[in-house]
Amino acid sequence: MSNLLSLMTFFPLVGMVVLLFLPRESDRLLKTVTLVITLITFLISLPLAFDDAFRTSAEMRYVEFAQWINIGEYFRMNYYVGIDGISLWLVLLTTFIMPISVLSTWHAVEKNTKGFMALLLLLETGMLGAFIALDVFLFYIFWELMLIPMYFLIGIWGGKNRIYAAIKFFIFTAVGSLLMLVAIIYVYYYAVKAGLPFQSGFSIAHFYQLNLPAHLQTWLFLAFAFSFAIKVPMFPVHTWLPDAHTEAPTAGSVILAAIMLKMGTYGYVRFAIPLFPEATLQFTPLFATLAVIGIIYGALVAMMQDDVKKLVAYSSVSHLGFVMLGIFAMNLQGLAGGMLQMINHGISTGALFLIVGFIYERRHTRLIAEFGGISKTMPVFATIFMIITFSSIGLPGTNGFVGEFLILVGAFESGLRWYAVLATTGVILAAVYMLWMFQRVMMGKITNPKNEKLEDLSAREVAVMLPLLLFVFWIGFYPNTFLDKMNPSLENLIQQVKGKQQVAMLVEAPTPSVAKITVNE
Amino acid sequence: MENLVQIALQNVNLAAIMPSLVLVCFGMGLLLINVFLPRGTTRPAAWVSLVGIAVTAGVVLQGWGNPQYGFSDAVALDNFATFFNVTFLVAAAMTILMSDDYLHREGYPVGEYYPLILFATAGAMWMASGTDMMTIFLGLEVMSVSLYVLAGFFRGQVASNEAGLKYFLLGAFSTGFLLYGIALIYGVTGSTRLTEIGVYLNSHSSLLTNPMTLAGLALLSIGFLFKIGAAPFHMWAPDVYQGSPTPITAFMSAGPKAAAFAAFLRILEYCFFSLKPEWTMMLWVLAVLTMTIGNFIAISQTNIKRMLAYSSISHAGYVMVGLVAANEIGYSGVLFYMLAYTFMNLGAFAVLVLAGKKGEENLTLDGFAGFGYKRPFLGVAMTIFLFSLMSMPPTAGFAGKFYLFAGAIKSGYIWLAVIAMLNSAVSFYYYLRVMVYMYFREPTEDYAWVGMPVGVLATIIFAIIGSLYLGILPNEVMAMAKMAIF
Repeated sequence: MSNLLSLMTFFPLVGMVVLLFLPRESDRLLKTVTLVITLITFLISLPLAFDDAFRTSAEMRYVEFAQWINIGEYFRMNYYVGIDGISLWLVLLTTFIMPISVLSTWHAVEKNTKGFMALLLLLETGMLGAFIALDVFLFYIFWELMLIPMYFLIGIWGGKNRIYAAIKFFIFTAVGSLLMLVAIIYVYYYAVKAGLPFQSGFSIAHFYQLNLPAHLQTWLFLAFAFSFAIKVPMFPVHTWLPDAHTEAPTAGSVILAAIMLKMGTYGYVRFAIPLFPEATLQFTPLFATLAVIGIIYGALVAMMQDDVKKLVAYSSVSHLGFVMLGIFAMNLQGLAGGMLQMINHGISTGALFLIVGFIYERRHTRLIAEFGGISKTMPVFATIFMIITFSSIGLPGTNGFVGEFLILVGAFESGLRWYAVLATTGVILAAVYMLWMFQRVMMGKITNPKNEKLEDLSAREVAVMLPLLLFVFWIGFYPNTFLDKMNPSLENLIQQVKGKQQVAMLVEAPTPSVAKITVNE
Repeated sequence: MENLVQIALQNVNLAAIMPSLVLVCFGMGLLLINVFLPRGTTRPAAWVSLVGIAVTAGVVLQGWGNPQYGFSDAVALDNFATFFNVTFLVAAAMTILMSDDYLHREGYPVGEYYPLILFATAGAMWMASGTDMMTIFLGLEVMSVSLYVLAGFFRGQVASNEAGLKYFLLGAFSTGFLLYGIALIYGVTGSTRLTEIGVYLNSHSSLLTNPMTLAGLALLSIGFLFKIGAAPFHMWAPDVYQGSPTPITAFMSAGPKAAAFAAFLRILEYCFFSLKPEWTMMLWVLAVLTMTIGNFIAISQTNIKRMLAYSSISHAGYVMVGLVAANEIGYSGVLFYMLAYTFMNLGAFAVLVLAGKKGEENLTLDGFAGFGYKRPFLGVAMTIFLFSLMSMPPTAGFAGKFYLFAGAIKSGYIWLAVIAMLNSAVSFYYYLRVMVYMYFREPTEDYAWVGMPVGVLATIIFAIIGSLYLGILPNEVMAMAKMAIF
């Protein structure tokens, strides 16, 4: 089917319109309809997972192209979408997480369900669109579109500090993207001047062909990278994340952590690095340093949290530091590890937020001190929680291990050896904060009488967690299902970036020294 | 003497002023009709003026691609003028639609209100199609005098009186500057014809550094920048906008402002193209100043109408970016943005008309607490307009800003674009805050909400369609804005 991607992307939007005509009071109906819509979206996207062509081809597949805005020589934008090994799993992660997060709202959202569900569906369209866009302008549209529903999700259904968190989230992300827009327009006019065909518009593939001079690359890279860094979020622009994650409703946190943060790292892989390879080379030490600081800082701060949700939020900062380190290693192991870790983080952190949601629904508190010994009253919950904890730590046999191992190997083999060594402490610290939290919440004797009569997970809640558990082990034991389909695209990307970097280095090599060597011979 | 009369008669081309002629005829007719209507009956006048606008719109659209010149090149009904005329008519129609119920609610059901709007619109049309300083000046005066009256229309309200008087005094003062500028330029070049001035200045390069020329340019600019509401000539705007009847505020923020931009743009490009480096530099500074002042003061406002007034100043700053770009893209951007702004800003004001009650006490942020739940439709509409004003995709505001800033970046004004973008980020805060009150807070008290008259509803739906259409499928109108550039 040639318009599969559009169908998948805009189906939730159509669903949202349908939803708006349903009665406001029928809470259960609204939730069911939303669940069905997200499930159908997942089914639409499922054929992508079974497409074996991704194993061999680095090309964009399922490409759709339509002229959108055409103002002659002024500017052109196209509706240009497609998917390759880099975006494949992120798209599937999105369609996979959405039904799960809808299911998690069954009892959590009671107030104004209609609005909540409509925003979730709008959000899904925005996220999917951003992952499949091959026109930078189109990407930008979807990228900004995501902010609006998330702003309302946090602001209306969030916790105590929701207003502060919502505004902070919005302004942080928007500031970065506005600067990126200036850079996008600049690159476009540079491309036009360089003789790229008008009809290609803001096509990313055409932009890849540009040979931007080094000093321009520096500025443009900074504009792109700043925007993506806020979204990832990298240290030191991560401060919106703990607020947003903590205040957002469970479904919001899950989507934020599992998918929206990946938008930032995906931005590096798709846009910032291949567009500006020389600047990437120049900034690799800086970004690797920030990534390592993020890993260690995030872990240390997570350790000191007394709120489970905040702990998970800070652990995201640490985990995404790993992803960034892997990406900037710029070799196959590092990149593949980074990409895989994006999926892993989506699964395990998404699951952790769901778990936090489960206990919050039961006790209406998330303070670690309020709990203790829950494993006795909630054995099923304890088992699931333990598996997810191990996955988050990166225990061998779970998905986290594969990703982090690849990243560390990749970083070690590239020029980032010492960064890898430092980053390894993050793995240890992760074990400390996760296990310590697990111990305080689940183990020991029940000290708080309120915890004595907690109900174990219901069938619905287990159903929410089971798919996630499946992937924890699947990726843990047989990651090749996923890696195989990424590799051609990643190899292609590395080749392209390294090639340009080498050309640049040859050109910039000081000629006198070359002359000297020839004389000596 | 005889000679002059001959010239004037030779060049009569009524087709060149047909749109404004029709509009003025309707206005005059309405004044007559009002005499025979019983006191307090305004609905027929509203309908007649809407018919007048519809007829005029038909005439205007016929002019597209079919330029008419007349009156010894004092008037040019070209695509540029036609595009702006459409903007004025949209603004006027939306203003009239949201007015009728409001006038009754506020206790001023006076029929002269509508002809005044028509006259103001006709004046705006002359400004956009004027190719002679005198035509432009004439249009400016017709427009301004009508607006002075409209601003002070609620004669029992102190704020409205203040608005009318302030606008009149300061407006008259700024018109003095404008006239003085025209006189100086006439002194230098011996003409009031825009093209002749341009040719003369271009062929006498010594005049370009002549203090009289530069002073003339500066004084002319002051006159127009005042009408645009650009810093540092913006001081009148907040009080006038806040004190005027809400529909008039909406009209002033879109129609007359667009007219001032149209005339200013034409004068800069026709007369002063040889002085481009000078005026772009001046406008660069003023654009930055305008958007920054507007935005930073808007942050601290607690009255939404006043907040929108300051935000209107900052939007004038964004549009000036298109003038600074001084290329085709930037100019087309000005045209497109003013149309987009008309939709989103008038939409926002239409919501305010319904949110207020008698005496307009309910315009504070606190009064908007829980608004989104009490009036779901109005809440969603306001949200769309606010996101459009914030220039979030996919709305008209985003497409417009993209157009403007693309022009600036193409011309190499990267820093101006960056500053403008950061300014947009500042504006996010105060626009978001309205939404915070509408959706994130519980209503504090039970207000006696007014009903939803059909006219206002039509305005809002029209504005929503405009804000989304120009954002999602902007191709057609963007291409028209391109064709409208001389």
